[in-house]
Amino acid sequence: MSAPFRLGAGGRIDRSRKLRFWLDRKAYEGVAGDTLASALLANGVHLVGRSFKYHRPRGIMAAGSDEPNALVSVGSGSRFTPNLRATQVELTDGLVAQSQNRWPSLGRDFGALNDVFSPLFPAGFYYKTFMWPKSAWKRIYEPKIRAMAGLGRAPTLPDSDTYTQRYAHCDALIVGAGPAGIAAALAAEAHGARVILCDEQAELGGSLLAETKATIDGKEASAWLSDALSRLSHSPNVRWLSRTTAFGCFPHNMVGLAERLTDHLPSPSEGRPRERLWQVRAKEVVLATGALERPLVFPDNDRPGIMLADAARQYLARYAVKPGTRVVVVTAHDQAYRAATELAEAGVEIAAILDIRQDASGSWAEQARGAGLHILSSTTICATSGRHRVSSVEIAPVGRDGKVGPRSRLACDLVLMCGGFTPAIHLFSQARGKLRFEERLNAFLPDGGAEGVRCAGASRGIFGLDAAIADGVAAGEAAARDAVGGGVEAAHSPVPLPKDLDGRRLDPLPHDRSPHRVKAFVDFQNDVTAKDVKLAVREGFRSIEHIKRYTTTGMATDQGKTSNMNALGIAASALDKPLPDVGLTTFRMPYTPVTFGTFAGVARGELFDPVRVTPTHDWASAHGAVFEDVGQWKRARYFPLKDEDMHRAVARECQAVRQSVGVFDASTLGKIEIVGPDAAEFMNRIYVNPWSRLEPGRCRYGVMLREDGSILDDGVVGRLAADRFHVTTTTGGAAQVLNHMEDFLQTEWSGLDCWLTSTTEQWAVIAVQGPDSRKILERLVDDIDLSAAAMPHMSVREGHVCGVPARVFRVSFTGELGFEINVPADHGRAVWQAVLDAGFSRSLTPYGTEAMHVMRAEKGYIIVGQDTDGTVTADDVGLSWAIGKTKKDFVGKRSLARPALSDPGRKQLVGLVTEDPELVLEEGAQIIAEEPTASHRSAPHKMIGHVTSSYFSATLGRGIALAMVAGGRRRMGETLYVPMPEGSIKAVVTNPVFLDPEGKRLDA
Amino acid sequence: MQKFSALALLRHAFGGHEGWRPQWRSPEPKGTYDVVIVGGGGHGLATAYYLAKEFGISNVAVLEKGWIGGGNTGRNTTIIRSNYLFDESVALYDHAVKLWEALSQALNYNVMFSQRGVIMLAHNVHDQQSLKRHIHANRLNGVDNEWLTASDAKAFCPPLNIENSMRYPVIGAALQRRGGVARHDAVAWGYARAADALGVDIVENCAVTAIRRGVNGALEGIETTRGTIETRKVGVVTAGNTSTVMAMADLRMPLESYPLQALVSEPVKPIFPCVVMSNTIHAYISQSDKGELVIGAGTDAYVSYTQRGGLHVPMHTLEAICELFPIFRRLRMLRNWGGIVDVTPDRSPIIGKTPVPGLYVNCGWGTGGFKATPGSGHLFAWTLAKDEPHPINAPFRLDRFRDGYLIDEAAAAAVAH
Ligand SMILES: Cc1cc2nc3c(=O)[nH]c(=O)nc-3n(C[C@H](O)[C@H](O)[C@H](O)COP(=O)(O)OP(=O)(O)OC[C@H]3O[C@@H](n4cnc5c(N)ncnc54)[C@H](O)[C@@H]3O)c2cc1C
Repeated sequence: MSAPFRLGAGGRIDRSRKLRFWLDRKAYEGVAGDTLASALLANGVHLVGRSFKYHRPRGIMAAGSDEPNALVSVGSGSRFTPNLRATQVELTDGLVAQSQNRWPSLGRDFGALNDVFSPLFPAGFYYKTFMWPKSAWKRIYEPKIRAMAGLGRAPTLPDSDTYTQRYAHCDALIVGAGPAGIAAALAAEAHGARVILCDEQAELGGSLLAETKATIDGKEASAWLSDALSRLSHSPNVRWLSRTTAFGCFPHNMVGLAERLTDHLPSPSEGRPRERLWQVRAKEVVLATGALERPLVFPDNDRPGIMLADAARQYLARYAVKPGTRVVVVTAHDQAYRAATELAEAGVEIAAILDIRQDASGSWAEQARGAGLHILSSTTICATSGRHRVSSVEIAPVGRDGKVGPRSRLACDLVLMCGGFTPAIHLFSQARGKLRFEERLNAFLPDGGAEGVRCAGASRGIFGLDAAIADGVAAGEAAARDAVGGGVEAAHSPVPLPKDLDGRRLDPLPHDRSPHRVKAFVDFQNDVTAKDVKLAVREGFRSIEHIKRYTTTGMATDQGKTSNMNALGIAASALDKPLPDVGLTTFRMPYTPVTFGTFAGVARGELFDPVRVTPTHDWASAHGAVFEDVGQWKRARYFPLKDEDMHRAVARECQAVRQSVGVFDASTLGKIEIVGPDAAEFMNRIYVNPWSRLEPGRCRYGVMLREDGSILDDGVVGRLAADRFHVTTTTGGAAQVLNHMEDFLQTEWSGLDCWLTSTTEQWAVIAVQGPDSRKILERLVDDIDLSAAAMPHMSVREGHVCGVPARVFRVSFTGELGFEINVPADHGRAVWQAVLDAGFSRSLTPYGTEAMHVMRAEKGYIIVGQDTDGTVTADDVGLSWAIGKTKKDFVGKRSLARPALSDPGRKQLVGLVTEDPELVLEEGAQIIAEEPTASHRSAPHKMIGHVTSSYFSATLGRGIALAMVAGGRRRMGETLYVPMPEGSIKAVVTNPVFLDPEGKRLDA
Repeated sequence: MQKFSALALLRHAFGGHEGWRPQWRSPEPKGTYDVVIVGGGGHGLATAYYLAKEFGISNVAVLEKGWIGGGNTGRNTTIIRSNYLFDESVALYDHAVKLWEALSQALNYNVMFSQRGVIMLAHNVHDQQSLKRHIHANRLNGVDNEWLTASDAKAFCPPLNIENSMRYPVIGAALQRRGGVARHDAVAWGYARAADALGVDIVENCAVTAIRRGVNGALEGIETTRGTIETRKVGVVTAGNTSTVMAMADLRMPLESYPLQALVSEPVKPIFPCVVMSNTIHAYISQSDKGELVIGAGTDAYVSYTQRGGLHVPMHTLEAICELFPIFRRLRMLRNWGGIVDVTPDRSPIIGKTPVPGLYVNCGWGTGGFKATPGSGHLFAWTLAKDEPHPINAPFRLDRFRDGYLIDEAAAAAVAH
């Protein structure tokens, strides 16, 4: 079973560690150091996938993250992952891969019928058809289109892996660890910079990993590399990260890195995260991201066995794999000669090198010539054949006039193509750097404009090993100088382009066939051909962005790494415009796809959002509380006994409070301490209420508005001293209110002398409510006179409860005599227990938010956000009494003068009682004025309001509701209708205060 | 206009598709027009189309500073629904949904309007109250919207996680079956092609740089990067750039421009049948016909005109997506981008006249205007043609911010898109 195309020696692999793996149930053998692609090639397997649209057989075209074709699904169960590039999947023992987008099998795929009918499916065909009959789109066309599209299957089980994230800061982030990047890292480190160096590959070294002959500083390239890495790893100032893709550049030199931690391990240890997201804030960034090889566009250039020339060289040098036995090379660039020469040296037969150019005179071409390779200049490819693997090509000379001469046939099992190199400027462009078109390279190069970001080496068009290293050194020194100073005088300026690297083929190769019949692919994965691009232009799509969208070129999972420049070249000539005038499409993050889990990190389940709990939470859960989410808080909703349901539990809790006493954890209420000489003035401006005359020791119910005049929040405020207020807010509104206050204090009223401090979590708040509440409290407090005379309703005292410093408020949200004890949160649990013990003999009953809601509704107290939405004013809910009429100004006052805010038709808060006392209206139900008759039943109805709160009140023995109704206060006693799907419900408008309207119980 | 059909495709296949002509011309701007539309997004192009089609005004130019559809139209996540809360909004958005239902046929361009259903999740009692309020209001307005229990929601959308172990478990959902998605580019191109065929000039790479007004303050013409144009009527439909364009007429708009980001996954075989939105945990998702999961959330926190935002925003979005759909955690982000959305104080659009005679504006669609494209174009064309608003857009006037008659969908429900 050993791999027939593996050479006996060479490569950066470990032949002693054999790895078994499967593709589509067939077993193969590879070795440690292989990628899935190199291992498949070593086994002579080229057919690995099917294309997106025409389901054409596809092979391995590239050797890295630019691979468009060889996409596979890897793993199974909760680790099944679709759409991975075989060129980036590191081989592990037992790896199971599956080909995609084929049925029933890779060899025989019914989808390939699309290829037969492809003349019917040119670019954008779907915009022109599937419109008749109208109903067929939903039932037939769209489901069929959807089933044909997509690549791999989505996983069906939740991911069992975990992900992690971290932040880092450095002086110089160097992206890409090829010769330029490593040289930059060494130079920056030597000048005192803290460096992070990352590379997407498993091994650092980039193109050095395939340098078998070159020498650097008199050393073999591989020796230079290992020396350099050892120097870097011994420096305390350098962190290097392999398997780490810099996927995006964000404002102010924030770079996102995705590090893959476990996919290359056969069995990752339990709990080890699979990937890590780095958010690196770098003073300086050096992008040494290299260049991407461009394919050539010729008829049927997509068969398995047709590969990028330099990719083939890498398979040979790094993995000791012969990707074929008899090779035809077709090129517009000198680099392909190097691939041919090295393959020939390894014993591969080079049938011919076809150079589309008239003469090739670079040094690599000379070497190839010297090695006796068969070179045909001005020669093109007109056709290829071979169903699952290329078996021959038809070549033809191209005259000086561009005419294609007679064809001849060459048998082969591998075709290598090279159309030149595209500098990888993706990240530079994301950093909003400017680009300039370089004619001699037919490529866009970085041209400044990105602050603190520079490119080095091939990513800025500086090819050639020595030049790239020199450029890396200069970039590293310049980055260190800009980041840490230190008097380094390094100029990092443009280097002249070497002469022998001109490659300028962006047009399709000439051929002698009908242009309508051939498919010459530009975007391999999305099956976009040269004629599709031309069709788009013919149909009036002139912007490259339009061409991209119409044809889908560059929109595949490789984001056009191999296709964008070729598409641009074809579009430019079809438009008859200079290429730079056509422009580039925007480069978007991520550079290569990044796992959702990596972005989400640990934020899952419990950690998705912090869970906030009160000091009595554990007690409440131990006592069977049912919790509800209120913002981030868990609040006890009710405390069912044995088999009580919510209805019965709430009725019991309410009864206890109304008849004797209940206890409630109100700690989640937002609390803000406002302190300073101007505290009262600040309060006057932020609330509608007047505060100047409120005496220390007294409380007031405060209402605050947004600038548009609607209610923002409410809560009781206690004045502790002339310059100190204890503000409470709603649970959900706490953060928003503090932001709102800070916003005004810092930007509008910066002259006011006061401070705002969030104290929400400093205080535990225990509400003891009910006729017996004072009796319980008296047993726990000795330095506060709780008597009605000494401490009336709406007052606050500082003192001690159970010996703990406390603020005791006499306030009530239930309508009963009641107190709220504020003690430092750490004492909350103990004081709660003391309250329970003190109340034991009076059957003190813990109650939850639901009972609280019912009791406050019985009293007509609103809940901001439930009875109000952002459209409701203080007057709408009967709170205009709270507004300080003589105050000059407060937030929202100006808006109150707008006509709409005093329109008599505004909705106002009212009570509603149903005819049937057992009936509880649905919250959110709409209200209409006229009884819907049979003929009126259908929509639309004129709605005049809606039910905001609705409960069964055990105390009143009936359902009660609060509602916002147009002109509601003028409708007391009117019968209105709540039309439900089952029929209309009659309800009568009442005062929203259902219980004790005089407030006698409060003042007890 | 060349007719599009399966038959036409077949016929052209024999000619190697050489016979297709440009879908719209590329004319030089003329010196005068009856109406100039500034902004070649979906709304601007639709306006031009309806002006020509319904109101017989075809001496019209659409001026686009870049390429048509390149603004928010070509960047949005295409959620279409009409289950808004207030009567005014329901009338506006449902007018659009009705036009969507026949749009492919009307334009002879397949805009792939796919009524696959839009689900909005409830995670707490407050969400439930709010969604129920919408459902009841919609029902009485004759617009479909129904309550689903958590398990009904799961049945409608099998990948949905409804486990109680979630941080914010799903307790129910509202479903609008008539809601769905459409192909954004096709909307721009389809309107452009149809408008062009009726004589409208669509002028790309033509930015408006100044608005000229006469002594009485009325509009007289505009300056563009391709010359001066005389006209008595200008409709500004420039989304995130509306404040800057209107400032050329010395009008200060009640708008803030924020980046709004979206992203797609690598394409996978069909797995996600509908659209799901969660406002409480901030994310929404659908699957495109190509197979990509299309994902978005709320705006970035800071105002900006650069079409990009912070990394933490898509991170939070994907946290929410992975929480709701744990099976998607291993899928990968393919592409992320941003648009600039124009947000009004009440999150409802402004469609109508301005204090400058002859100058009209259609803006403020913020994070959710794609769904309104056909309706918005139709109503704005009406307003331009008749110099008065259609009853449906009358409440969406500019001076509501002065007198306070807001249509505050956000305040009522904090729902985006
Ligand atoms: C990420 C994202 C997701 C969204 N998701 C949804 C969604 O799911 N559902 C939904 O309904 N909506 C959504 N929206 C909102 C929706 O995209 C917009 O409301 C809608 O597309 C606006 O269309 P438009 O034609 O008004 O604007 P645009 O398409 O932005 O068009 C305005 C045009 O004006 C041009 N322009 C600007 N200044 C000038 C000038 N001076 N001269 C000439 N031309 C100029 C611009 O170039 C642009 O093409 C989303 C938006 C974004 C950014």
